[in-house]
Amino acid sequence: MAPLLEAARDEIRRLPTYYERRQSALLPALFVAQRELGWLPPQALQEVADLLDLPVSDVAAVASFYRFFFLEPPGRHLILLCTNLACLLNGAEGLRRHLEERLGVRPGQTTPDRAFTFRESECLAACHLAPMMMVDRERFGPLTPQAVDELLERYRAR
Amino acid sequence: MPAESILLRFMEGEGTADLEAYLRAGGYAAARHALTALTPEEVIDIVDQSGLRGKGGAGFPTARKWRFIPKGAPLKYVVVNGDEAEPCTFKDHMLLERAPHLLLEGIIIAAYAVGAHKAYVYVRREGYLARERLRQAVAAAYARGFLGRKIFGTGMDLEVVVHSGAGAYIAGEETALLESLEGRRAMPRQRPPFPAVFGLYGKPTVVNNVETLSHLPAVIRLGAEAYRALGPPALFSVSGHVRHPGVYELPLGIPMRQVIAAAGGLRPGRRFKAAFPGGSSSALLTAEHLDVPMDYEPLRAAGSMLGSASLIVMDDTTCIVRVAARAVAFYKEESCGKCTPCREGTYWLSQIFDRILAGGGRIEDLELLAHISRGMSNGACFCLLGESVPPGLEASLRHFRHEYEYHIRTGRCDVEETLAAAVASGA
Repeated sequence: MAPLLEAARDEIRRLPTYYERRQSALLPALFVAQRELGWLPPQALQEVADLLDLPVSDVAAVASFYRFFFLEPPGRHLILLCTNLACLLNGAEGLRRHLEERLGVRPGQTTPDRAFTFRESECLAACHLAPMMMVDRERFGPLTPQAVDELLERYRAR
Repeated sequence: MPAESILLRFMEGEGTADLEAYLRAGGYAAARHALTALTPEEVIDIVDQSGLRGKGGAGFPTARKWRFIPKGAPLKYVVVNGDEAEPCTFKDHMLLERAPHLLLEGIIIAAYAVGAHKAYVYVRREGYLARERLRQAVAAAYARGFLGRKIFGTGMDLEVVVHSGAGAYIAGEETALLESLEGRRAMPRQRPPFPAVFGLYGKPTVVNNVETLSHLPAVIRLGAEAYRALGPPALFSVSGHVRHPGVYELPLGIPMRQVIAAAGGLRPGRRFKAAFPGGSSSALLTAEHLDVPMDYEPLRAAGSMLGSASLIVMDDTTCIVRVAARAVAFYKEESCGKCTPCREGTYWLSQIFDRILAGGGRIEDLELLAHISRGMSNGACFCLLGESVPPGLEASLRHFRHEYEYHIRTGRCDVEETLAAAVASGA
């Protein structure tokens, strides 16, 4: 049974035209599958492998290497709290403790209500906002515990 | 800011992500000039004389990199490194978000110089806005005939494809980036052969950083001499304990003290303690280095490096042990696992830092840190990721050994205690 809709399958089939070799389409194809399904279950890896005519072992090796491919279902929103140097120097550790307390989970975990997956992040190339975090595709900073609370409330409702 | 800013003026205010705004600011005139009035060899000569060097960290002369490309090869590529994940470097993202046409114009000039007809721009996954603005800019440039077939009415064809990374710092290493672009794990390749000879799909490939290429329109427009006379200019990412962290365009060679001043200086009442001049891969410097010129050779002479020109400023509230521990944790997290010194070395170092910060350090740990660090130096690691660990770590041990010793002896942090005492005494 194919988990992907035909439109997504077509999108993946067209990706190799941008590249000299079709394996270059693998990362973009995995993002298409993940956009459709929310994560990459084993049958999605198999389907991407079939669509690009690649061994599923190659697909799984790539999917497990990069941190933005989800091999388990994440929460509805992804929180990336930067704790690298510019943010560390500006209070990121306090924010990490604050988030742990508010979310009731540790970095790397998903809240029981599935609203948030919480990750500590390396530098997100937005050090003028330090201390900062990303929620899904948006950047926020300089953060205070209060600003974090407001963001959690806003995103929890979505 | 220098008398004439060459990059910042395209980024300020609303920026020039909109093609009309970029054209009003004089955009695409340099690429048009290069393609219609200069030969590829003349373009390379101008870039050579301009002194332009790679802005991603290695600082390799751009024209020399281009000259490694074999002339007769039928198929060549330009690959743009927009992975920008070096800690506290954020100039490339700002360029992509606010002035993406500057990069596209640079790509046209570079592709013409080396004879490539296809370019890939690799942007790290988290750069959502950067990629969106860049994709819009690419579409607008195609619609105007600045990309695609017979650009500017010349015989030059050029296709540009925007490609997303998937979360891996190592993908910023140029050969790992090519692996990633080919749809594999981002693990570095053996060099030589260098990408100029055996690059993307085994074809001759120029890999240049976003900022490097964004300088090209100014290099062509001003000419080598006038460009050099501006410094030459560079984008400095200034972060940490300054009042206005941000990206500043300043001439290379400006003293570190003045870069800090440009970012608003230190916060009220605070004293300078240390700084990384070129991201966490550079050896940290102390107050005695405040007048060192921020340029390749002077920083090397001071035992550090310019790297990606990312100045991370630390004031007297900073615990250096914690900073060194966090820097090591970064490399441990991002090690690709291919070679043993990096994979194991970063892991062992992190374990030692964990116990020191948890109050369980031993005085022999200091020699152990230095020993492991030496084992990751002088070409022991497969690529520069592992080799990036020792400079910062060893400098912290050299300049701030007493902080390590205090942590180990007492299980506490003397910086925190001093701060707490100052607060208690109302200072």
